[in-house]
Amino acid sequence: MHWNVIANNLTYLLVGAYPHGELGGLAMTILMALGGIFGAFWLGLVFGLMRLSKKRWLYLPALAYIEIIRGTPLLMLIFWFYFLAPVLWGRSLPGHQSALISLIIFTSAYIAEIVRAGVLGLPKGQMEAARGTGLSRMRAMRHVILPQALFNMVPSFVNQFVSLTKDTSLAFIIGVNELTKAATQVNNRTMVAPTEIFITIALLYFVICYVLTAFSRRLEKKIMRYQARQR
Amino acid sequence: MGMIEIISLSKWFGDFQVLKDITDTVERGEVLVICGPSGSGKSTLIRCINRLEEYQQGKILIEGLDIHGRDVDVNELRTHIGIVFQQFNLYPHLTVLKNITLAPVKVKGVPKAGAERLALELLERVGIHDQARKYPAELSGGQQQRVAIARALAMKPKVMLFDEPTSALDPEMINEVLNVMKDLARDGMTMLCVTHEMGFAREVADRVIFMDGGIILEEAPPEEFFSKPKHERAQAFLREIL
Repeated sequence: MHWNVIANNLTYLLVGAYPHGELGGLAMTILMALGGIFGAFWLGLVFGLMRLSKKRWLYLPALAYIEIIRGTPLLMLIFWFYFLAPVLWGRSLPGHQSALISLIIFTSAYIAEIVRAGVLGLPKGQMEAARGTGLSRMRAMRHVILPQALFNMVPSFVNQFVSLTKDTSLAFIIGVNELTKAATQVNNRTMVAPTEIFITIALLYFVICYVLTAFSRRLEKKIMRYQARQR
Repeated sequence: MGMIEIISLSKWFGDFQVLKDITDTVERGEVLVICGPSGSGKSTLIRCINRLEEYQQGKILIEGLDIHGRDVDVNELRTHIGIVFQQFNLYPHLTVLKNITLAPVKVKGVPKAGAERLALELLERVGIHDQARKYPAELSGGQQQRVAIARALAMKPKVMLFDEPTSALDPEMINEVLNVMKDLARDGMTMLCVTHEMGFAREVADRVIFMDGGIILEEAPPEEFFSKPKHERAQAFLREIL
């Protein structure tokens, strides 16, 4: 075994050429995951609420968006965006930005459906009670429905966020220097330790996803206590 | 001019007609009890008054104003009409106090301190001022329903609608809710109550309406309705529940 290859290239795997060159490796993976989670949450929330609207001009575009995105492979979306961006913006976006946007768009469609299911899952009486006191639909959503529904959605969100984190590896295909790309680079350069290298990055992916799921488990316990209190 | 005028009201759920040409006038300060078998349209009728249900034909006027008039803001309309539901529908993620202050603060723009003062007064009135910081789930059913009444009253409505307010309660908790309602009735609140609590009807109702199959079959002062109901189906219904 050639574990010394890992030791010699560990910095590169973790942060790329940083601080003397560009940031890459695990750090890039984590940054893309965090940016993706943040962006997908808000965009998904917007589309989910649009989808729930009774107004056609709101829910039809949301429905089309969700259906089209969910029917498209993420990899194709990444390609698409990478080659479409220069046409749309007149200049090409850096690979990591273009991949991040694709990840956000892709995941937001799933988040939107989670939001929709979560809101519909609440008893109808909650909305009626809120509207009955004169709150507008928007305010009822903001103060009564979403605080309850989002809380119940946490496990589904985390599920989606774990997927997103692992899917950052697809950015490799358009040359983004994230963890998978860094690993293949090290592998191509050293030639002798593919097993060690890919075991190492599998472990690294596992660790960040495990952190997410551990966080989710703690939240779920909290939610269960909260729901128990409601009975 | 009546407080609420219902004129030839009809409503369909798909092909099924729930309300058939209902006409009635409720005066200011009147306490109206609506009873009838389940599916008779009584809940639907009162839910039409604050537009929680839409109707296809007829009109409802509140203080002479068509609730479907072009310049009527449905949210503003609802601030004048409090509603209490069978299932309480308190917001489980908010404290009792916040349940009550939410609408006054967000809809009417009442300052938080003022809204809280009013909320505590109302809780005092419904007899549970010591529960203000608790969450709904920590209260009994009867207490929750009293909070729901306080929540509706916090908007200072002109009319209160009660949609089977005691049907989901354990028997020993029914009276604490009815007492609050009686108190409200004696205070001159205009009330429409869908309920089968005949003791309540006898004591404070000005008028009882018996509905079946989407129409008003019988209408009488409570004494008359209970002692000698005219309609056969009203007689059968009273035998059933008394």
